[in-house]
Amino acid sequence: MSDPNLESPEAARARRGRNIALALGLGLFVLLVFIVTLVRLGANVAQQPF
Amino acid sequence: MAMSPAATRAAMPARWQDYLQLMKPRVMSLVVFTAITGLICANAPINPILGAIAVFCIAVGAGASASLNMWFDADIDGMMRRTRGRPVPAGRVQAADALALGVVLSLFSVMLLGMTVNWLAAGLLAFTIFFYAVVYTMWLKRSTPQNIVIGGLAGALPPVIGWAAATGAVPLNAWLLCAIIFMWTPAHFWALSLYTSEDYAKAGVPMMPVTAGPASTRKQILIYSLLFVPICLLPVLTGLGGAIYLAVAALGGLVFLVLAWRVFKSRAGEAPDERQDDGLYDVKAGSKDARNLFAFSILYLTLLFATLLAEHLLGLPAMGAVL
Repeated sequence: MSDPNLESPEAARARRGRNIALALGLGLFVLLVFIVTLVRLGANVAQQPF
Repeated sequence: MAMSPAATRAAMPARWQDYLQLMKPRVMSLVVFTAITGLICANAPINPILGAIAVFCIAVGAGASASLNMWFDADIDGMMRRTRGRPVPAGRVQAADALALGVVLSLFSVMLLGMTVNWLAAGLLAFTIFFYAVVYTMWLKRSTPQNIVIGGLAGALPPVIGWAAATGAVPLNAWLLCAIIFMWTPAHFWALSLYTSEDYAKAGVPMMPVTAGPASTRKQILIYSLLFVPICLLPVLTGLGGAIYLAVAALGGLVFLVLAWRVFKSRAGEAPDERQDDGLYDVKAGSKDARNLFAFSILYLTLLFATLLAEHLLGLPAMGAVL
């Protein structure tokens, strides 16, 4: 009899896929914040008189 | 103890594709398209990166409201052939997860749009999500046959949000784009519901063919089409659309009216619905006119917005504002 607590290969694959998607989402969010900072900060810095 | 198939399904972690499906990607692509049209037609010098972020936020907001819709409507979705394969009624995603995804993405999209672009666009996005998820889904959809008429406002707002993102204002031309989609919605959805009314009746959703009958629905489709087509010509008077737009709007409008007239004269919605599970277009002969109008309505709206987009991207001159 199989162990009911053991995760099936299909369930493990689904979990792995979700985790990768979440990691990519978080990575994209970090990249987004970085790019927005450059764009917004860059525009403001360019307007400063030196 | 052996688990039942349903219990096994419920215990299985959802795949990432199931969460994507919760966000109705096909609807999202239409929202993106109309939002880009609004953003470009505004003719404002917006940083392209910020423009792309604005469109991204509008898309995520649309996905969030779709997820909230799937959470709330799981019970009736499970009763209809067209929707019973959705992640929540099919048991692939827990209802609470769909709710959480919807709430988190709503907050994320509105806050990001507000902080990076402007708060007028963010406020309009928040209103759109609220209108679709609460006013349409939770209230109108189950209580009145005017559900898609009023609820259509949610689908009509993305070009206004795009315009607001580009300029920080929403002038008459932005509302004209909104009016075109708003007036397009009744004929489009009622044409579809004429040949899917059996499903709606089974789920207790008071769509027009279910409550007022097919004959009244066909008449109302014609009336809304007669109101819709002249509105499509208005952008020419305000200087938003040029000569190509006028030709597309007029010729397409003529075809739209002919198809609406054919639906009016047909017996669409009268014959029992004998569609197969996968065949949205596999309808009985009596409903073919309704199917034709439904299909053409998508093409017509796409052509109108694509023409406006092309004219503004290519810098083609408008015909001169009269209004």
